[in-house]
Amino acid sequence: MITEKDVEHIGVLACIDLKHEETGLFAKQFNSILDYFRELDGVNTDGVEPTYHVIGLTNVFREDVAEGSLSQEEATANAARKEKGFIKGPRIV
Amino acid sequence: MIMAGYLESSYRTFERIEQSKLNAFITIDKPGALETAKAEDDGRLAGRLAGVTVAIKDCITTKGLRTTCGSRILEGYTPPFDAEVVARLRKEGAVITGKANMDEFAMGTSTENSAYGPTRNPWDLSRVPGGSSGGSAAAVAGLESRMALGTDTGGSVRCPAAFCGVVGIKPTYGLVSRYGVIAYANSLEQVGPIARNVSDAALLLDVIAGGDPKDSTSVSEADNVCYTDYLKEDVKGLTIGVPKEYFSEGMDKKVERAVWDGIMKLQELGADYREISLPGTKHALSAYYIIAMCEASSNLARFDGLRYGLRTGKDENWHNTFSRIRAEGFGAEVKRRVMLGTYALSEGYYGKYYLKALQVRTLIRDDFARAFKDVDVIAAPTMPMPAFKIGERVDDPLSMYLADVNTLPINLAGVPSISVPCGFAGRLPIGMQLVGNLFDEPLLIRTAYTFESNTDFQKIPGGF
Repeated sequence: MITEKDVEHIGVLACIDLKHEETGLFAKQFNSILDYFRELDGVNTDGVEPTYHVIGLTNVFREDVAEGSLSQEEATANAARKEKGFIKGPRIV
Repeated sequence: MIMAGYLESSYRTFERIEQSKLNAFITIDKPGALETAKAEDDGRLAGRLAGVTVAIKDCITTKGLRTTCGSRILEGYTPPFDAEVVARLRKEGAVITGKANMDEFAMGTSTENSAYGPTRNPWDLSRVPGGSSGGSAAAVAGLESRMALGTDTGGSVRCPAAFCGVVGIKPTYGLVSRYGVIAYANSLEQVGPIARNVSDAALLLDVIAGGDPKDSTSVSEADNVCYTDYLKEDVKGLTIGVPKEYFSEGMDKKVERAVWDGIMKLQELGADYREISLPGTKHALSAYYIIAMCEASSNLARFDGLRYGLRTGKDENWHNTFSRIRAEGFGAEVKRRVMLGTYALSEGYYGKYYLKALQVRTLIRDDFARAFKDVDVIAAPTMPMPAFKIGERVDDPLSMYLADVNTLPINLAGVPSISVPCGFAGRLPIGMQLVGNLFDEPLLIRTAYTFESNTDFQKIPGGF
């Protein structure tokens, strides 16, 4: 059972600042969705390997050769806040 | 004097788009498209897609053309590079009309979860076009582009193709590069073509498929295959498997009838059919949504307004600033999936949800591997119902998820599938999905082409 307090906590973990009116609705919806997912508890998966990837690729390597990339100007063009060619983030300390 | 060149036909397409009620596009690129068409008329540009109008789903990156992913969080973002599939389209001379509407971050089955308003179904404007590539399918069905690219994570190409009466292909995982495709659930999604007939869909697949060093999950199987070589009428000796689990109790009776009629048609044309069982199907929905939500919670962590997109308000500390921007930028369904994924991956729940879902995924994959020892192609309804009304399901997330029950097992297994029109429920189109073994696209194209050539369901909606 997910409570509104749990939803608030998940919001903090997911970096989403929920409004008070959202937490009640989400708690209700999360419970109905997770109730549905609970049917998996009854599936016997003893000794079954998990599938992370369907076509069985392992590590893919390439030669360590330098290639062209975006210029600094292109790479930062979409940042809303910039200073001296750098992207400006919120203060850390 | 050339009377009907590419420029003129492209210009007519834009007239239709500009007068349209469908809301199939988030952004159009009239100047870019007309410039390409003119260069082709003048003989300065050529290619297999010369003069062909193509709409691109808005989660696929286009250099210099706004890309929103249907979300406010990418407000103002103009990509500095092309997705590999877009680069391949440009190389073949495609006239790119614009960016097609979609459910935000491809999370949805109806295109109602777009920050840019819902797209309408060209067959009935009060109904959804399906999703999440609803804009792409509506643009093709509504004659607002000849072809379109969609993406399919749990049915997002095939569902809108079925609801809009067009053809859609979900390629084998890895067949098409995902470089420049904004990730939602990366182990499940593929870019796929949407077109008015199998020939166009095969041509578009041929252009976009192939290995790409920029996507380490792409494979080279398609590099020496020409998909248009398989546009042949021949299903003689094929065995079609009909999985009983895909014909559920609650499904629409007209859909059931039309798909069975389609299977009988294939039999008449020389194929055999037999009923089969894919017993893991009943657990696919839970496994799919858990995996997709977990992957989404990780993939969408990058959207914080810092390097691109929405950056509103006064900066506080990192956590509060990003949490506020993400709350403003994401819609309700994205918040739900990111949060449920975060929960399922959190300490103490990983084994119960994520690991369990990955094990069930193995069982579902084994089902398909076993089935393809006995049958060549699997046939089933793409969607258990025709297009539903706008607003009918959007407030009940679980009922929306349940609509994907026949499409998402295919993504869990990674196998290819094509949806082709197979009838009508009243005036609403019905789609039949043909599923093949890994890399069996040639066989699917041949089967779908044979079906299409001997039936008459490729219609254009009234009023168009």
